[in-house]
Amino acid sequence: MDKIDALSELATQKRDTEWRQVLRHLKRNRLAMIGMVVLVIFLLGAIFAPLLAPHDPFQTDFGRALELPSRDHLLGTDWLGRDVLSRILYGSRISLAIGLISVSIGLLIGLPIGALSGYYGGKFDLLTQRFIDVLIAFPGILLAIVIVTILGVGVENVMIAVGIASVPIYTRLVRGSVLAAKEQDYITAAKSLGIGDVRIILFHILPNCLGPIIVQSTFHIATAILWAAGLGFLGLGAQPPAPEWGTMLSKGREYMRTAHHLTTYPGLAILFMVLGFNLLGDGLRDALDPRSRKFR
Amino acid sequence: MYGYVIRRLLLAVPVLIGVSILVFAMVRFIPGDPARAIAGVHASPEFIEQVRREMLLDEPLHIQYYVYMTNLLRGNLGHSTFTRRPVSVELLERFPNTVMLTLAAMFVAIIVGLSAGIISATKRYSVFDNASMLVALVGVAAPVFWLGVMFQLLFSVQLGWLPSGGMGTARHIILPALTLGLATAALIARITRSSMLEVLRQDYITTARSKGLVERVVIYKHALKNAMIPVVTVIGLQFGTLLGGAVLTETVFSWPGIGRLMVDSILSRDYPVVQGAVLMIAVLFVLINLIVDVIYAFLDPRISYGTKGGE
Repeated sequence: MDKIDALSELATQKRDTEWRQVLRHLKRNRLAMIGMVVLVIFLLGAIFAPLLAPHDPFQTDFGRALELPSRDHLLGTDWLGRDVLSRILYGSRISLAIGLISVSIGLLIGLPIGALSGYYGGKFDLLTQRFIDVLIAFPGILLAIVIVTILGVGVENVMIAVGIASVPIYTRLVRGSVLAAKEQDYITAAKSLGIGDVRIILFHILPNCLGPIIVQSTFHIATAILWAAGLGFLGLGAQPPAPEWGTMLSKGREYMRTAHHLTTYPGLAILFMVLGFNLLGDGLRDALDPRSRKFR
Repeated sequence: MYGYVIRRLLLAVPVLIGVSILVFAMVRFIPGDPARAIAGVHASPEFIEQVRREMLLDEPLHIQYYVYMTNLLRGNLGHSTFTRRPVSVELLERFPNTVMLTLAAMFVAIIVGLSAGIISATKRYSVFDNASMLVALVGVAAPVFWLGVMFQLLFSVQLGWLPSGGMGTARHIILPALTLGLATAALIARITRSSMLEVLRQDYITTARSKGLVERVVIYKHALKNAMIPVVTVIGLQFGTLLGGAVLTETVFSWPGIGRLMVDSILSRDYPVVQGAVLMIAVLFVLINLIVDVIYAFLDPRISYGTKGGE
C-alpha cells in the first residue's frame, strides 16, 4: 500500500512538471494568449459591471430611444432608451454563468457515468451507452430545445438544458479515457494490491484523463454560450428584460433598418467570447498533445 | 462488408425506438396536467377531456406508448391543436424545404471549405493562408443567427442584391445557405489544411516530386486522396450541426422548414406538432448518420467490420 502511494506521489510530481511544461507551451502560443486576454477582459467586465457600466442597464428613457452610438451612449440605446453598452456588460455575467454552470452540470453527470461505464463495462456500460446513443440522435442544439420545452423558458432552465445536452459528450470522452487508462500496468498493480475501485478511479485513473477533459470543457463552454444565445434568440432562453445577448439580438432585429447597432454589438460580444474560449481550447489542446504541435 | 452494413442497420433500430420513447415521454414530463398543456391555455374543459381521452392519459404508460407507437407506424402523429390539421401533413409540407436548405448549406461548405483548405496548405503561411485561417476562426465562433442578420443587413438592406427572407426563387436560398454553411466551411477548411500538411510530409509525396511530377499532379492526384479521409469524417459529423443550425437559420430567414415550424409550435404550445418535428429531425439525423457510416465503410477499407459497433 505504502509503495503504491509512494509511486502515486512520484506520478503526481511528474504530473506537476508536466503541467508546468503545458503552461510553458501555452504561454508561447500567441493565439491562445490572445484568447486568454479576451476572456480576462470579459471576466473583469462581468465582475465589475456595476462600476464600469456608464448607465443602469434596466433604466428606460423613452425620449432617447433608438439613438445611434454617441459620446453619451457609446454603443447607442435600444427601443426603450436603455444603454446598449451597459446591457452588454451585464450580459457577459449571464453568458459566462451559463457557460460555466452548464458545463459543470454536464461534467457532474457525465463524468461519473462515463467513468463507471468505462471501468466496469458489462451490462451497465451497454445500457448507458445505448441511452447515450439515443440522446446523441438529437443533433446540436435540438436536445437543449427539447429539454427547455419540457422545463419552460428562463435562464436557470437554459443552464440545466444545455448542461444535460452536453452529458453525452462527457460520458463518451471520460469512458474512452478510462478504457484506455485501465489497461495500464500501474492500474493492474493497484488492483492486485487490493485497492478499492472507487479509490483507483478517483486517484489513479481520473487524474490521468484530466487533459482531454479540460480541453473538451474549454471548447464546450464556447458551445454552451452559443446554444444559450441561440435559445435566447428563439425566445426560449432568458426572458426580457434580462440583458442576455441572444435575446437582445432577437428583439433588436425588428429595428434592423434604422438601428443596426442593436443587432451588431450583442452579436460581436457573443463572437468574441466564443472566440476567446476556442482560441484557449486550441492552445490547451496543442500544449497537452505534443503530436498536434507540429502542424501549426 | 455486407455484414457490417446489416449490423449497422440493426444498431439503428434500438436508437430509433429510444428516440420514439423520448419524444413520447416529452409532453408527459411537462409539469402540471399534460392534457391541459396540449389542449392549450384557452381550451374549454370539454376539449381538455377530449385530449385526455384521445391520448389515453388515464391509462398506464405502457398502454399509452403502445397506442402511440401503433399510430406512429401508421403515419398518424395526431393533430395540431392550433390548425387542427394532421401533424404528418404539416411536417411533410415542410420537410423538403429543410432538406434543401441543409444540402445547399453543405454544398457551400464543401466547395468553400475544401478550396480554402487546399490553397492554404499549398501556400502555407502566405497572406491567403493567414487570412483564410483568421476567417475560419471567426466563422466557427460567430453565432449562426447573427451571421444571418448581418448578411441580411449587408446584402438585402444596404445593397439590395438578395431577398432577406421567404422562399420562392433560387435567389431566396443563397443567403440562408451561406449563413448555415459558413461555420461548417470554416471547419472543413481547417481540417483540410492540417490533413493536407500532414500528407504532404509523407515519403511517397517526396518520391512523387522526385520523379519529376508536376506539383499540380502531386497535390491533386497523390496527396488529396489520402488527405480526404479525415475530411469525409468531419463532413459526415457536420450534418447534425447543420440540422441543428437550420432551426436558427430558418427562423432568421422565415424559411418554411421543420425547424421554424418547431419553434413556432413551441411558442404557441402546439405540442403534437413539436413532438412530430423533433421526431422527424432526430430520425432524419439517425438515417443520415447511417448513410454516412456505410459510405465511409466503402471508402476506407481499414474500418474493422469484425468488431461490434466499430468504435
